Amino acid sequence: MPELLNYGFMVRGFEAGIIIAIIAPLVGIFLVLKRYSLIADTLSHVSLAGVAIGLFLRVNPLITAIIVAVISSVAIERLRISKKVFGDSALSIFLSGSLAVAIILISFAHGFGVSLFSYLFGSITTVKQIDVYIIGVLGVLVVATIIAFYKELLYVTVDEEAAKVNGIPTKFINILLIVLAALTVSLAIPIVGALLIAALIVVPVVTALQFKTGFKKTILIAEVVSIFSVISGIIFSFYLNLSSGGTIVLIAIAIFVLTLILKR
Amino acid sequence: MHPLNPSHAIVQFDRVCFSYTTEGVIKDVSLEIHKGDYVGIVGPNGGGKTTLLKLILRLLQPNSGIVKLFGIDIKNFKDWSKIGYVPQKTYIEMNFPITVEEFVSMGRYGKRGLFLFPTKEDAEKTRTALKQVDMLKYKDRQINDLSGGQQQRVFIARALASEPEIIFLDEPMVGVDIKTQKQFYSFLQKLNKDLKLTLVLVTHELDVVTHEATKLGYINRTLEYYGDPKGFLKGKYFYELIGKKEVLANAGAS
Repeated sequence: MPELLNYGFMVRGFEAGIIIAIIAPLVGIFLVLKRYSLIADTLSHVSLAGVAIGLFLRVNPLITAIIVAVISSVAIERLRISKKVFGDSALSIFLSGSLAVAIILISFAHGFGVSLFSYLFGSITTVKQIDVYIIGVLGVLVVATIIAFYKELLYVTVDEEAAKVNGIPTKFINILLIVLAALTVSLAIPIVGALLIAALIVVPVVTALQFKTGFKKTILIAEVVSIFSVISGIIFSFYLNLSSGGTIVLIAIAIFVLTLILKR
Repeated sequence: MHPLNPSHAIVQFDRVCFSYTTEGVIKDVSLEIHKGDYVGIVGPNGGGKTTLLKLILRLLQPNSGIVKLFGIDIKNFKDWSKIGYVPQKTYIEMNFPITVEEFVSMGRYGKRGLFLFPTKEDAEKTRTALKQVDMLKYKDRQINDLSGGQQQRVFIARALASEPEIIFLDEPMVGVDIKTQKQFYSFLQKLNKDLKLTLVLVTHELDVVTHEATKLGYINRTLEYYGDPKGFLKGKYFYELIGKKEVLANAGAS
């Protein structure tokens, strides 16, 4: 194991991966319980458009992914509130629309070669030092925001109407949650990839829900599952020469299935 | 128009109209709810019972007219912790991962501003509320482990935790067995008498309102009756609501 840390890219992979592993279930628990799981999926496609824009403009794709995802997340929530379209239709529009943007930019540039593939499915070898810093700073911001607004997020998730009556600014909290989701999704792209991040946000939480316990304990269990999946996934992918994103997600799903069987 | 007496009025409606689209759901409703009242709101389905409640709670905004809480126009009203709310049906998700204590403590969240963490006082008030509804021994249970009646008590505890002056209940006993209902209503009676809490109960159960409440409101788009429950039994709206005379006999006998 220690020899694996002699490689700079592995160290960066672990650093970025562990931060992602911590924030994914924190945001995920609220998304899953609000029936917003699909938002993670949509935002991941939106982030992909951001990546394509970054590659096209030759700037750091992580930065463009973050910007595009955050702006789109606010737009999605506003469209949902406006009730001009159904909530899931709004998601559909953004999901396919951003994929369209991505594919057009790619065809403009006659393909970006292997690098796009690594953004689709995640590849820790492409994580640069600057990416680790970005993921670190924004990751801490996500955690701090969730701690600061924990009680409001929880109340809005459990019972939005009662929260409103109790004077909680529910609209603001909903937007906050979706922006946090956008940040988490775009930050996770280098590690698990755009097509697999939704799994990391949803699966550890769903696993923890099988334990039927309190809210804080559920978060704790989801964190353990997530961190374990990411660390073991990176190690396995290194020794077996597999895709890191795929390995992480498969481990998380294996834990979920095992929990289902044991908790039956 | 009712004369407005702001000194004891907790809720004041002055010619309030509300519609979802063009069709009026609530038309020209004026009413007052005073401190210590136990108001039962009845009426046919679609008559606007829940809409009325949502207007008081600012979950809906009136098209015209004025809603006041504690004498303050609802648009400027800030002191929401004075208001307790027990929503319709226990629509807490199956398997929502939350313990009874965590759930009830949410009632305190409005008292603490953004960024502020719950204090020791919040924890104490949460336990007091649980004691009041006799659910303290279940505090570590997941909310879905409870029966329908117990869940409803936990909902009340959450409303009580903010130490409100008035509690609004929207069809609290839907899907709960008769015995539990009886216990629940005598519990509400106690809250009203012993804790001097003002209660507003939206319900289908006319006999509950006529026996327990101090005031009855019958809403069918307009507020057609508002006053003594006994008087309502003699009026024409009662027949309109019940539809059949034999039910009247039953309701009177029970």
